[in-house]
Amino acid sequence: MSSIGTGYDLSASTYSPDGRVFQIEYASKALENSGTAVGLRCKDGVVFAVEKLVMSKLHEAGSDRRIFTVDNHVGIASAGLIADARKVVRRARNEASNFRFMLNEAIPIEHLIDRVSGYVHAHTLYSAVRPFGFNLMFGSSGPEGPRLYMIDPSGVYWGYFGCAIGKGKQAAKTEIEKLKLQELTCREAINEAAKIIYKVHDEVKDKAFELELSWVGEVSKGFHQLVPEDVFAAAEQFAKDAVKETDSEEEDL
Amino acid sequence: MATDGFYLTSDPLGAKCDKKETTNMAIGRTLRPIVTGSSVLGITFSDGVMLAADTLGSYGSLARYRDLSRLLKVNDTTVAAGSGDYADFQYIARLFESLNIESDSYCDGHSYTPRSFYSWLTRVMYNRRTKINPLWNTVIMGGYHDNKPFLGVVNSLGVSFEAPTLATGFGGYIAQPLMRDAYEKNPSMSKEEAQKLLEKCMTVLYYRDARSWNKYEIATITTDGVTITGPMKLEGNWEVANYVRGYD
Repeated sequence: MSSIGTGYDLSASTYSPDGRVFQIEYASKALENSGTAVGLRCKDGVVFAVEKLVMSKLHEAGSDRRIFTVDNHVGIASAGLIADARKVVRRARNEASNFRFMLNEAIPIEHLIDRVSGYVHAHTLYSAVRPFGFNLMFGSSGPEGPRLYMIDPSGVYWGYFGCAIGKGKQAAKTEIEKLKLQELTCREAINEAAKIIYKVHDEVKDKAFELELSWVGEVSKGFHQLVPEDVFAAAEQFAKDAVKETDSEEEDL
Repeated sequence: MATDGFYLTSDPLGAKCDKKETTNMAIGRTLRPIVTGSSVLGITFSDGVMLAADTLGSYGSLARYRDLSRLLKVNDTTVAAGSGDYADFQYIARLFESLNIESDSYCDGHSYTPRSFYSWLTRVMYNRRTKINPLWNTVIMGGYHDNKPFLGVVNSLGVSFEAPTLATGFGGYIAQPLMRDAYEKNPSMSKEEAQKLLEKCMTVLYYRDARSWNKYEIATITTDGVTITGPMKLEGNWEVANYVRGYD
């Protein structure tokens, strides 16, 4: 990399001569080792699917989650350094809780994302801190309808119809673009999201993974929650079948 | 200048006596409750718990708000009934709300039990009294969990206890003896009997307690969850008013 040895990459508070902050770019590299996460904003809510790579067979199933609930109506799916993500999720929970306490109302997602991204951005300004090594997708439902946002390590955020982060993000984005998100319901989208995770999973490099699925929208009465067991089983089956189908098609060719 | 030497400090009791740091800024304390609710009642019956409260928010002796609900559904197994300062009770309601959201965010399928909510509230109340800034309430908490009824009370000092029948405020003198008597004679009364008893107690309270009102609500907590019914009206019998002389 051109940055190495130049001395411009040692601190988040130093620009390179061509105006880049290398520490932020390095933080983005942390994401490339992370399992894929997909977020879909459909007509009646937002769904998340995460490929949680299991590092050891000794881990308990369902532990070390990468999907978090922030407030009743807000969920986060993360990719990258999980400990960094937890710290910021905690921050987001506090923001949401304080807002609710003062205003007696659920925090609007635009407000929450602005507060949290400001916090993430602040970690790109000082030599004493390291930028966060994650991407966070925020999904919410509220009076304004379903919303999906993603924050990157620089503190920038955008609103999305569909979003993918982590290892398989390129392949996943291609899959998302094929979907008609405006017409999908959460119930349908959860299957699609699971399918994408199974599709982009690299069986050669990564062996075991655990699927995480959550949704927020009309289907869950406006609450963000991990999907019920039956929905999970159906989605996983749908994904496995779809992947099997494409595999056999490829064999035919 | 008169203000010389005065600084704002977070030292309300003036423990630091250095003149330059001493302040004469008063620190706000609740010195008296403002809008208040009168007695609330609670009783355990055969397979549940029942709480009752009238709907009055008094402003001193003025019956200012006549349609306030003083029964709070905390979750599917727990109800809190608040007497005392209504604003403080609303504050407690928000504490419970954020506690629930925090607990839900763990997505582990667990939630607080009636006893754990109650225990938590006793710590809040005691902590506030320790800061000489109490929440001016007496709260009865009722719930049903694990096929066991729960009924407990905590006051502004953090004093707390559990009992099969409970009443706060004036109800402690008027309703509690009636409820204890009924409970001792029939410890496993039916839901209907319990409701009838509470209605009777609320009526007697309406006769005798000048800060009470004839509209009330009842919360029932059983294995089926929480139901809050009402407001219902207390009719009472005012025949005796015809015999009152000397006040017109």
